[in-house]
Amino acid sequence: MRWTEQHSYRLIVWSLVGLLAMPLLATLLYSLSSSWGATLLPDGLTLRWYLALWSEPRFLAAFARSLLVCLAALALTVAVMLPLVLVAHTRWPWLDRLMQQLMLLPFAVPPVVGAVGLLQLYAGGPLPIVGTPWILIACFFTLAVPFLYQALATSIKALPLQDLLDAARLLGASTPVAFCRVVLPSLRNGLLAGCFISFSFLFGEFVFANLLVGTRFETLQVYLNNMRNHSGHYTSALVISYFLAILLLTWLANRLSRSAR
Amino acid sequence: MLSLLSRAPASALRLPRLERSQLACALAVLPFVVLFGLFQLAPLAWVAVNSLLVDGQWSLGHYREALSSPFMRQALGNSLWVSVLSSLIGLVIAAIGSYALYRSGSRLREWVLAFASMTSNFSGVPLAFAFIILLGFNGSLSLLLRKFGLADDFNLYSTQGLLLIYSYFQIPLGVLLLYPAFDALRDDWQAAAALLGASRWGFWRQIGLPLLWPALAGTFLILLANAMGAYATAYALTSGNLNLLTIRIASLVAGDIYLEPQLASALAMLLVGMLALTAAVNQWLLRRRPNALD
Repeated sequence: MRWTEQHSYRLIVWSLVGLLAMPLLATLLYSLSSSWGATLLPDGLTLRWYLALWSEPRFLAAFARSLLVCLAALALTVAVMLPLVLVAHTRWPWLDRLMQQLMLLPFAVPPVVGAVGLLQLYAGGPLPIVGTPWILIACFFTLAVPFLYQALATSIKALPLQDLLDAARLLGASTPVAFCRVVLPSLRNGLLAGCFISFSFLFGEFVFANLLVGTRFETLQVYLNNMRNHSGHYTSALVISYFLAILLLTWLANRLSRSAR
Repeated sequence: MLSLLSRAPASALRLPRLERSQLACALAVLPFVVLFGLFQLAPLAWVAVNSLLVDGQWSLGHYREALSSPFMRQALGNSLWVSVLSSLIGLVIAAIGSYALYRSGSRLREWVLAFASMTSNFSGVPLAFAFIILLGFNGSLSLLLRKFGLADDFNLYSTQGLLLIYSYFQIPLGVLLLYPAFDALRDDWQAAAALLGASRWGFWRQIGLPLLWPALAGTFLILLANAMGAYATAYALTSGNLNLLTIRIASLVAGDIYLEPQLASALAMLLVGMLALTAAVNQWLLRRRPNALD
């Protein structure tokens, strides 16, 4: 086979993939090795770090807390954003334009900045929720809003919304029934894809979790950070377990958004 | 409208139909307004106002204090140079990668884009830990490199190491943002240019780069903002011993020694100012993007 131009492009692509995969592969190998000293390859392979991790109550508790907070925040975000998106795309078009501007705000205000104000506003006063999961749920809501708004707005724009509503009404459905029985099912894939993307983002959130709540309600990322002085093999098993969860979610999101198109 | 009309007499509210539907819309939007207001706008407003208050008086004192302290200036400088440099490195590698990807087959392309979106989620604390395992004091790659007498004075737990990690996490993000722009370049343009006597370099200088530069600049700005606001990776790498703007802000409100939320607010507003500027330039670029790439 002759070396063509396309081969060199493929070589570049594969080197890029290799470069990006290297830290992950090293962590995977480290998490599976019994000990790895000053040699190129580990001394032996074992699953004992994973067994230790998945039987550690503190890890399981942190994992469950992360799941709980992310799911609660996601449910809240969906419940709040669905009516808003429907209003913005049927009655109040100006709201869509405003939302497009507002969605830029979280990118100009990183969590570190938000945390400064949140710590002062909600540590005491009428709503003392710093140190509780409630403030995490609320902050995760603000983080998930841009993802969900974008996902929902994109799929609703692709629908012949007015035709669907007119047809449903002609058949005797009221507006709320038409939304629930006709529009919502058509938004399902876009909504699910948005949920998976937001979930994998929220699952990796560290800044709010560490600054606002810390060990008082230890999430997975905070636990990982607190395990810094533990065995590197153990933390590797933790990193890989976390990454596999994310992998599954992004794979699902990709599949769903493809079938949504 | 038909259904609303038929239900109207049953309604307890005796509002005109149009007003009732406006009310329903307002109620649908209310939860968002409350939550977004309380947890996104109010904290930002608190920071903005308190950065300008000294003992209850309006003043620029906190900004003056922040900018006159060599320690804070170093944090600002470190944040800037690590962000700018890592964004440039990430952009160049991502651009080369995206072009190669655009030139290779479609099956490989889809797979690599999925892989990039997967690794773009690999950031923060887990990423810092992966690099410690690979390149820390006893990292497997550092041991290997040291054996061959390479990278003897490389220190992962420094701004040098941070630059490496930041560049790493910029690459997949850069590919995901840039690839659509390359995908819009058409093969026949290059052929047409060649037919008219343009060299390959001539094509890139006259056609390719002018078409791509808004995408390149926009991607650079997003990467820059991403790096400047990043906190978790740097914090996890050294438990907050690196002097960066975000680390200074966090340690002034959640540190162990002394808390100065108003000084933290001034630093936070400096960061917000820089990020808002990059976002504004990016919006302006998006509006000027040539039609061929729409």
